[in-house]
Amino acid sequence: MSSGAPAASTLTQRSPGTLPFCVSLLRRQLTLAARRPIEIGNPLLFFAMVVALFPLGLGPAPDQLAGFAPGILWIIALLSNLLTSDAVFRSDFEDGSLEQLLLAPQPLFMSVLAYIGAHWLTTGLLLALVSPVFALMINLPTQAIPALVASLLLGTAVLSLVGGIGAALTVGLKRGGMLISLLILPFYMPVLIFGSAAVQNAVLGTPATPYLAIIAAMLCLAIALAPLAIAAGLRISVDA
Amino acid sequence: MWSFFHKLGSPPWLYRIAGTILRWLLPLTLVTLAVGLCWGLLFTAPDFRQGNSYRIIYIHVPAAVVALAGYYVMAIAGAVSLIWRMKMADIAMKACAPIGAALTFIALVTGAIWGKPTWGTWWVWDARITSMLILLFLYLGVVALYEAYDNKEAAGKACAVLSLVGMVNIPIIYKSVDWWYSLHQPASIKFTGDSTIDPSMLYPLLLMIGAFYAVFTCCLLMNMRAEILEREARTNWVKKLALEYRA
Amino acid sequence: MSSRTAGEPLLAVESLGLERGGRELFRELCFKVLPGHLLQVDGPNGAGKTSLLRILAGLSRYGFDGRVVRHSPLLYLGHHSAVKALLTPRENLLWHVAGECAYSDRQVEEALAKVGLYGYEDVASHALSAGQHRRVNLARLYLSQCPLWLLDEPFTAIDKGGVAELEKLLVTHVERGGAVVMTSHQLLQVAYEVQMLSLTDGLVA
Repeated sequence: MSSGAPAASTLTQRSPGTLPFCVSLLRRQLTLAARRPIEIGNPLLFFAMVVALFPLGLGPAPDQLAGFAPGILWIIALLSNLLTSDAVFRSDFEDGSLEQLLLAPQPLFMSVLAYIGAHWLTTGLLLALVSPVFALMINLPTQAIPALVASLLLGTAVLSLVGGIGAALTVGLKRGGMLISLLILPFYMPVLIFGSAAVQNAVLGTPATPYLAIIAAMLCLAIALAPLAIAAGLRISVDA
Repeated sequence: MWSFFHKLGSPPWLYRIAGTILRWLLPLTLVTLAVGLCWGLLFTAPDFRQGNSYRIIYIHVPAAVVALAGYYVMAIAGAVSLIWRMKMADIAMKACAPIGAALTFIALVTGAIWGKPTWGTWWVWDARITSMLILLFLYLGVVALYEAYDNKEAAGKACAVLSLVGMVNIPIIYKSVDWWYSLHQPASIKFTGDSTIDPSMLYPLLLMIGAFYAVFTCCLLMNMRAEILEREARTNWVKKLALEYRA
Repeated sequence: MSSRTAGEPLLAVESLGLERGGRELFRELCFKVLPGHLLQVDGPNGAGKTSLLRILAGLSRYGFDGRVVRHSPLLYLGHHSAVKALLTPRENLLWHVAGECAYSDRQVEEALAKVGLYGYEDVASHALSAGQHRRVNLARLYLSQCPLWLLDEPFTAIDKGGVAELEKLLVTHVERGGAVVMTSHQLLQVAYEVQMLSLTDGLVA
């Protein structure tokens, strides 16, 4: 058995507190994302192309598309999020930055939240903001668009957190690109159910806020618990 | 008391104890299974609505119940292996996964077999069947994650984390699917209703549930013994055992 | 350097044993790392030197027998340089020491200049060589306040001049009361007592 990492207070100069450290980690992740803009664009392009697949597969009849639109938009958002989840920790694992993060005196729980926060800001948030365009393309009634954006904002945050768990558990594996999908799709399902229900209700004219509240509750639970699993997964992956 | 737990961590001791338990549990399981099946399949009265096709519940319901319980057993074994670092709990967790997956699969298939004569379709997206399907995916995820890791100790830890996440999620998933189903189906149609069940049908069902728990335990112990032998293949006690069997 | 008493160990290892792939790499390893120690771990390729260092750092938390007790913050440099290609050396170095202390820009620039990266501070790292990535790690050694350094093959990709500088830096560090545990394929050429740690025989003074 080994003792834990030494307390930050034993360093001769005071080491930064958790919040400044996490803010600098967040800034670093955002800087990295900003320097490779095509990686931010990829999920959005994917969204656009898959939106086109549905009329091609189901037929262009506007009513049919409109009927399925809430579900279609949510499923595509979910799949886009799935594709980007794999890469959250991968590059840092490969060049050794993850090891250094694990050795930092600041708690891993909060650092992980910074990682996932950066991931959400560069995927989920953008997806939510771009979604009205695609909603119009598949004839979602316009009164449902605010509910769509709100549900995607909250829901993709949950998806990022849950996806982070899968990413942490599989980041050390050499093969297994599909594995992360197998692992986290079951956990994505409740978010999908309530997300599309929120939009569906907005289409029908009934308030979507109860469903948004449930997604927000899932988000609170995810923020509280997912970082524990992600931190555990990262330690296991780095050690394997 | 702590020496008991310490002994539980010793592979040869666990191997022997599992063998001893199996020696009486296996016949008991087979007997209970035989009695339950005969009673349920042959000796109970046919249901007034579904005729004889309802009898599949004597396999479907126990399989579903034990499959769900099995996930919790797996998750708890995983938690024990993570928190107290017991290697044997690791083995128990790994052994649970394929058994649970098989039971879930049996529940789904028997559910489909039940569905065909009763409602005319092989598959119906109702709350329970959908939840069972998701449970199957959860089990298969654990199995897939274990196989993907080269380092088996890390594999055990990763699967323990995954099963714990699954354990937290199962109530959420179940409730979400339940609610989703109620949203999309009019309330008057209930495919898997909680119909009141006649005591003459209830008792064989309970017996079958007990039998399936016993089946699960037997399979778990056998799987654990096999896993112990595989992991300890190079140690002296296993070599001695192999020579004894050869003699 | 630090206000610790002279005799208190920075790191204590008790009965450490490790098995990998059915092969026993080391067992019942016991040693203490005191301030002023410069330890080199001896052994051929595949002997478990990197695994030992990872256990000492705390990256490996299971799979071994025995105990590691850490009394001091440590700095670990492994095989990977942890330099991100999209960030500049300045940004990389700032990030590497972010957990330890908030260093000023001037200190960071001085450290980069000391390792020969003057003028390259703001060049994107994908334009730099592997050796220059390693120098960013060495700049961290110049900046760091950690008493204990765990270095896994620190001379990789460093040229001859850099090797001499690094050896000087190691000696300065231990003379000031720090300690270094390192692995390397080459023996250190320093005017200081280097303790050899053999995985099979323990600490050989």
